[in-house]
Amino acid sequence: MKSSESIIEKNQNIDLLRFATAGSVDDGKSTLIGRLLYDSKSIFEDQLSSIKDYSRTHRNQEIDYSLVTDGLKSEREQGITIDVAYRFFSTPKRRFIIADSPGHEQYTRNMATGASNASLSLILIDARKGVVTQTRRHTFISSLLGIRHFVVAINKMDLVDYSEEVYDNIVNDYRTFSDKLSAESIYFIPISALKGDNIIEHSRNMPWYQGSPLLDYLENVNVSGGRNLIDFRFPVQYVNWGGKNFRGYCGTIASGIIRKGERIRVLPSGKTTEISRIVTYEGDLDYAFSPMAVTLCLKDELDISRGDVIARENNLPAITGNIEANIVWMDTEPMQTERDYFIKHTTRTVRGSFTQVRYKIDPEDVHRKPADFLSLNEIGKVKIELKSPIFADIYPKNRITGSFIVIDPATSKTVAAGMISKYKQVSPDRGCESVKAKVIRYPGNKKEEAKAYYDRLSMQGTQCIYVDDDILRDGLCRGISLEDKEYCQRIEELCKIVNNSGVSVVLCLKNVTI
Amino acid sequence: MEKKEESYRLSNLKTLEAESIGIIREVAAEFENPVMLYSVGKDSSVMAHLAIKAFYPEKVPFPLLHVDTGYKFPEMYEFRDYYTKKNNLNLKVSKNEEALLNGVNPISLGTVKCCAELKTKALLDALKEGGYDAAFGGARRDEEKSRAKERVFSFRDKYGQWDPKNQRPELWNIFNSKINPGESIRVFPLSNWTELDIWTYIYYENIEVVPLYFAKIRQVIEKNNQLIPLYTDENSEEITEVMCRFRTLGCHYCTGAVRSDADTMEKIIEEMMVVRHSERITRVIDHDQDSSMEQKKREGYF
Repeated sequence: MKSSESIIEKNQNIDLLRFATAGSVDDGKSTLIGRLLYDSKSIFEDQLSSIKDYSRTHRNQEIDYSLVTDGLKSEREQGITIDVAYRFFSTPKRRFIIADSPGHEQYTRNMATGASNASLSLILIDARKGVVTQTRRHTFISSLLGIRHFVVAINKMDLVDYSEEVYDNIVNDYRTFSDKLSAESIYFIPISALKGDNIIEHSRNMPWYQGSPLLDYLENVNVSGGRNLIDFRFPVQYVNWGGKNFRGYCGTIASGIIRKGERIRVLPSGKTTEISRIVTYEGDLDYAFSPMAVTLCLKDELDISRGDVIARENNLPAITGNIEANIVWMDTEPMQTERDYFIKHTTRTVRGSFTQVRYKIDPEDVHRKPADFLSLNEIGKVKIELKSPIFADIYPKNRITGSFIVIDPATSKTVAAGMISKYKQVSPDRGCESVKAKVIRYPGNKKEEAKAYYDRLSMQGTQCIYVDDDILRDGLCRGISLEDKEYCQRIEELCKIVNNSGVSVVLCLKNVTI
Repeated sequence: MEKKEESYRLSNLKTLEAESIGIIREVAAEFENPVMLYSVGKDSSVMAHLAIKAFYPEKVPFPLLHVDTGYKFPEMYEFRDYYTKKNNLNLKVSKNEEALLNGVNPISLGTVKCCAELKTKALLDALKEGGYDAAFGGARRDEEKSRAKERVFSFRDKYGQWDPKNQRPELWNIFNSKINPGESIRVFPLSNWTELDIWTYIYYENIEVVPLYFAKIRQVIEKNNQLIPLYTDENSEEITEVMCRFRTLGCHYCTGAVRSDADTMEKIIEEMMVVRHSERITRVIDHDQDSSMEQKKREGYF
């Protein structure tokens, strides 16, 4: 009893590594994964026996490891991988989820799907062919999606007589290319997936290789980091009305840590209050952190709905209607500029359009090329104008508040994935509808509130001015009675001029009829 | 303890739990009329438990739907009614009554046709009748090869069909909930869990499961290397008594037991750690054709 409990405990506490594999056709990716699963005893016997049967009848060999991963009928028939398959295996040291991605260029979007949740990328190179377009494409996409750790496995070493020279040349080639990208670690391993060299154990065929075998490396590589525990961001996902006086805001903490009693600000309203409870089924917590799914209760009753963001009072995401982003286009229909798409960003879906394609990137050499639009599997930097603001950070700083998907309103398909690289804090003139320059009116006795609102808008980056009766009678409306029609006309004129320049007016007047 | 917590790390199970809760809430927020498929098995128990957690203190805001083939184990019906009532869950049951009246059963029709009638058709009819635009299923990617390819939000056309070669890309944890009238989304909040995770979670969270999962001496018939439990009045000479348990639960005709001494949760988990066969080996329906699960999924099965 006691012993099994500790085994369970241990099993539950080992950490999880999600990695994506990528490779080009026939470089043996499926075989490698099949081998990892087989050697770590993660293939069940009944699965193994059906694989062996199929290998014998269809492939004329004892066991074709690639059959372990190619799950769809058409994949087995065509002998290629079409879509991402998720594979699970574990060793006493670590648990692994592999996103096994297709290598064909036409399935780049599936590769991006696989890479988006991975923290390490395993790139396969056929030793006979060296670095090819697919190698560069996959490395580039992985890097674009924020993967900072790479393992480059140079496979089929048995077919090049385990030659150190071949290996060295490929490593140098790869380095020339990868130097342009921002990888934190790149680890090269010469292997033969088919023969089992340097997979679990050091290969006797390559005594010149002093590094770790593949599995050993995967078990020990440190991929922590990249997790943002500083900037608290909580996109409100669901409003919970759980009983009489209960109102809580459900969501997953995108980044950062939050404690009970801390001051927070809600966007877009800008209102502040403090966290009164952090509710979970197991009971209230004193603090919570990313990526926990919790329910927050606030001290003051505020009007908050799905799509709003709760952040710390003085550490806010940008409120923006204009973004620049790296886009992977994933639909057969090419991008259309000046047309509305849905942009889903955290729990908020807004309309927006592509206003400009700044350039597309050739993954082959990471060179920028001019383009008017992007089509299937193309990657580029675009400018997007949104009809309502989003609350965002840049992707390198925050994977969750920095990413979005694009949905075609006509077909409802996911047509693109985007990573925000730049934003303009809402600039009212060219900004989005809801934050267009406007006049915000307060009655004369609400001067304090009007000023507070002005402060908040300014702090959020909205350009605005503050006007009240005292200021007006000191200048623009000197000598004119508050009740005079002229008084109202002048103010109206002032607001018009100021709004036209893209600046909002916070107006606090005794006579608020205008 | 305190120190461990201060490192701001979530354990493997807590990470999976948070991910699943996020998925369940997203569906409740984005769809008008979601439903949770409830098969009474261990994965369903976990999924229902996660739903309760996701909305606490609110009541689970969608119904649970049991597609009843009429041939489930009696223990399953008993547990289903007990569990849903205890947890204040809104249970709906649907059956293909017409087929059952016509005497559809796996023995006379074969498992392929029987499943098509009593499972796939019953399911599609119930989803259509309820007007559900999203349906949760407890399938996991580690279960079976075609399921390894499934998205978390899996798009189905207006006939409920899955097109594995043309799935929507799914990046990060941003899910596309947009559909046109008649289309629907199948949602798999347990996608990234393994069978061992499920059992470990059940253990830690004290989740109740059907007693059939625990080993005891049962009367079975040995057929094609499967231990088929005795629930009909069949007069067979091959009846034997075996210490066994069920790793998955389906219809009693088509679900085999495995020899096992695991009569406690701890023993089940220990067994899981050394097990050498996949849980679906005891499901007769997966073996009737090459790619039979993929085929069923294409047609609308979960």
